[in-house]
Amino acid sequence: MIELQNVSRTFTVGDQQVAALRDINLRLDAGEYISIMGPSGSGKSTMLNLLGLLDRPSEGTYLLDGGNVTDLSDEQQAHVRSEKIGFVFQSFHLVPRLTAAQNVELPMILAGVPAEERRQRVEVLMQNYGLAARADHRPDQLSGGQRQRVAIARATVMRPTVLLADEPTGNLDRNTGWEVLKLLEGLLEQGITLVVVTHDAEIGARAHRQIHMLDGKIRSDDRPAA
Amino acid sequence: MKLTDTLQFASGSLKGSPTRTLLMMLAMSIGVAAVVILTALGEGARRYVIDQFSSLGTNLVIVLPGRTETAGVGPGLMSGQTPRDITLEDAQALLRSRAIQRIAPLTVGSATLSRDALNRDVVVLGSTADLLEVRHMGIAVGKFLPAGDIDESSSVCVLGNQMKQELFGNEQAVGQWVRLGDRRFRVIGILSAQGESMGMRTDELVIIPVASAHQLFNTSGLFRILVEAKSRDSVEQAKHDAEEILVQRHSGERDVTVITQDAVLATFDRILTTLTMAVGGIAAISLAVAGVLIMNVMLIAVAQRVKEIGLLKALGAPPKQIRRLFFAEAALLSTIGCVAGLILGYIGSTIIGQIYPSLPVSPPWWAVIAACVTALGTGILFSVWPARRAARLDPVAALAGR
Repeated sequence: MIELQNVSRTFTVGDQQVAALRDINLRLDAGEYISIMGPSGSGKSTMLNLLGLLDRPSEGTYLLDGGNVTDLSDEQQAHVRSEKIGFVFQSFHLVPRLTAAQNVELPMILAGVPAEERRQRVEVLMQNYGLAARADHRPDQLSGGQRQRVAIARATVMRPTVLLADEPTGNLDRNTGWEVLKLLEGLLEQGITLVVVTHDAEIGARAHRQIHMLDGKIRSDDRPAA
Repeated sequence: MKLTDTLQFASGSLKGSPTRTLLMMLAMSIGVAAVVILTALGEGARRYVIDQFSSLGTNLVIVLPGRTETAGVGPGLMSGQTPRDITLEDAQALLRSRAIQRIAPLTVGSATLSRDALNRDVVVLGSTADLLEVRHMGIAVGKFLPAGDIDESSSVCVLGNQMKQELFGNEQAVGQWVRLGDRRFRVIGILSAQGESMGMRTDELVIIPVASAHQLFNTSGLFRILVEAKSRDSVEQAKHDAEEILVQRHSGERDVTVITQDAVLATFDRILTTLTMAVGGIAAISLAVAGVLIMNVMLIAVAQRVKEIGLLKALGAPPKQIRRLFFAEAALLSTIGCVAGLILGYIGSTIIGQIYPSLPVSPPWWAVIAACVTALGTGILFSVWPARRAARLDPVAALAGR
């Protein structure tokens, strides 16, 4: 469960204060499928960064699973990210010198998971995501869809409670994009909270809850299917 | 993150950019090799000088009659009149000291050496069999003086190399008779060529038993006693003992002078060690330069890998861990560079040793350790700033590649 209370985020550009988020109140329940839509500059990326603890709010409080994570130290926030949050990026962000399997293994290495357990978990995930034959390939030997599948495997290998996807289909063609989206939606069955940021209304419409943003504010918060 | 994983990840990123890694290792290894080679040269020079000194005799203590206030031995002492001679009994009494290995009494005089019609004025040295060992002389042909009672005179002599040449040319000399003053001596050995040491040209000497020399010159006093201490550490003890024994035997009067060559040797030793350290220090500057290079390249690496650092942060790597990764990289680089430098340095010193065989070139252990510690130290020290910079990157900006 995620709750933002009166959250604002202001950037200083030159000598001007630019508000990216203004007084946001938002509550996301566990297992929800949320899309965040809006034009460029509407604050949706800032929102995602705040939710992922990559950024800190200028004002307001962030509660994650009931705990206040707003004022945690960098080290503590890193720990929370490692345990509870998975990221999927538009440009995949795979480490080019590592193989697909090593990229998936990376979060577990950082968390200090023993080697044997790492090997097993990577193997299972590669199998599940249809990447077993590609495990020893480097990112530049993979297609776009395969890269994003590797990235999703990496984001879920630590079994996070929240998965934050920033334009996950933005660099993919239409068909591959749909496949990747289905893969992400499949994770909902495991009880994960899925937040997808997108430009694409068609993709955004698939979410159970659609949030539209404009000028740093939530303009609408619809649950059409519910 | 486990240490092995950290090292593995660091070595992975080093392998990821081989040119960068190779250049840094090259800089590091040249620095280390410079320290190793230059100190090896300095140490070689030091050992060369010490070897030259010890060819006079190792752990040598010299007892001479008369009292001088300074430690130096002036030529005036040759003619110095002393209240009491040092006798052969005095010399033998020195062997009572446990710090003394062996002694060689010396009597010096000059006489005319003749064979048939050939005459030469020569310096005659009266001594014992132990002189050979004490003075590190060598025998080219035949034998040295026979070991035996110190008081026993016998008509044998050993010729210096040049004397033999002048009297016998290329003829066989051992077994022949020569005349020394009014006595006849049988040649039993020829010294190997040695050149000059302690102000005497051994090549022009004639050596006879000390008792025979006393008869020849009609004296009973000794010119010197050469004393060899048991070890380098016991030189001081030997000096002290020799003094005490002789004072005791001379009814409490301090009428002998005891000097060591160690005083001179120690000075040379100090000067050359200091020189070696100075040269090593200069070489260490190149290590510092290598350190700056490492810092520069590390900063570039941080800039190049901004996205990767951002990703690591997003995946839950705390700042501490990012710093550790960069430290591990620097440490690996320095270690490999250091090892490569040591190999390079040893190869270099071996080559120099081949070119100048008389110079005992080998790097002193302290320089090797100092070079390694400095290499590792600078490598890690100069990576502090880049590592901190990486750890402080804002993850959002880093992920965007800014």
